[in-house]
Amino acid sequence: MIPAAFEYFSPQSVKEAIGLLEKHGDDAKILAGGHSLLPIMKLRLAQPKVIVDIGRISGLSGIKADGQKVAIGALTTHDAIERDAVLKEKCPLLAETAAVIGDMQVRNRGTIGGSAAHADPAADYPAALLALGAEIVAIGPKGTRTIPAGEFFVEMLTTALKPTEIITELRVPVLARGTGAAYQKHPHPASGYAVVGVAAVVTMSGGKCQSAAIGVTGVAGKPYRATAVEKALIGQSLDETTAAKAAAHAAEGVDPQGDLYASGQFRAHLASVYTKRAVLLAASRAK
Amino acid sequence: MKRAVKVTVNGKAYAHEVEPRLLLVHYIRDMLGLTGTHVGCDTSNCGACTILINGRAVKSCTLLAVQAEGASIQTVEGLATDGKLHPIQEGFWEEHGLQCGFCTPGMMLTAVDLLQRNPDPTEEQIRMGIEGNLCRCTGYQHIVNSIQHAARKMRGAAGRATPR
Repeated sequence: MIPAAFEYFSPQSVKEAIGLLEKHGDDAKILAGGHSLLPIMKLRLAQPKVIVDIGRISGLSGIKADGQKVAIGALTTHDAIERDAVLKEKCPLLAETAAVIGDMQVRNRGTIGGSAAHADPAADYPAALLALGAEIVAIGPKGTRTIPAGEFFVEMLTTALKPTEIITELRVPVLARGTGAAYQKHPHPASGYAVVGVAAVVTMSGGKCQSAAIGVTGVAGKPYRATAVEKALIGQSLDETTAAKAAAHAAEGVDPQGDLYASGQFRAHLASVYTKRAVLLAASRAK
Repeated sequence: MKRAVKVTVNGKAYAHEVEPRLLLVHYIRDMLGLTGTHVGCDTSNCGACTILINGRAVKSCTLLAVQAEGASIQTVEGLATDGKLHPIQEGFWEEHGLQCGFCTPGMMLTAVDLLQRNPDPTEEQIRMGIEGNLCRCTGYQHIVNSIQHAARKMRGAAGRATPR
């Protein structure tokens, strides 16, 4: 399978890249690691006239912590996130999520910024980004803005990014004391994409759940926070029974999508099962 | 409009003018004539097209040749040196790691990346490491044995290395 012909640019700076996006508008697509975009271009589901390859812009990859937050450059690969010592200590949920994306070769090339911008409804990161309350930093012709993860994922394959904006980094909070987090996923047996993926961030105090944030991917057209589960968890001492009762609300208020592998009803069921698992694992890690 | 691409493949420098939409796997096979890199599924699932770019295993059906500009590439043809098989090739030979052989180049290059990171992997770590490579003969047990053979051999040659 060969992509349709396109004009190719490899800008050396973010400024140059934004200039190209301004010039070419909707005809242009940004290429980062290419592991979401190239497959759909090969299937000709996407036929951009212009490719702006940001892979050679320096300063867009790497991970650094500054007290309250960890900043991850948009071009940081899943593999680098999986292995980063700072993230493992300060925000292990993101490293745990990166480790179960695709396979080793895919993780060697795919980037967190590219994955977020593509907004595949079965991508893994969105669950973690929502549960963590991450921020997506984007730069465009009018300067830099910070988009909360909760406002970033608009619809299937659609984000709050403007056509002329580029993600430069993503920021996640440092895990607070008494807080545990976990990502649990039912991977599609062939593609490895999340049929259902649930990220839980749970804060425990005196044996009771003080706060909970649950991000769910794969179930609906876009990732979401399972707020009904979160409400049901607060004040509970978390065990099999209480977690299962709360997790039963995992697909409440959303329209579970069905496909050849899993019906909407099965996805909703899986959402409850994996929410319970993620909550209990997160609670056991809360120290 | 064609673009200039310069790459080093198996230690040899190449320069070509290519169409931007040319996939790296087609560049390697059709323009360089290195047909050891296979096209299997063509959808980044099967791993038959796996090569090493700057030492890391990647699926060359999911890269543009222009993205490899300036890179150092290794394909299966570059594994043996001076007529002597690489330990991973020896492992596949000794442990009957191939049946039809179609997945073998990709399996071996993935294993090289895996063993660079983790010179002493458990069986489970090997199986997780090659999850992006499919063997249509389903001969996974012998492939795992082959990688274990290579790991022992490479540790013996280099002493105890520590995982990265």
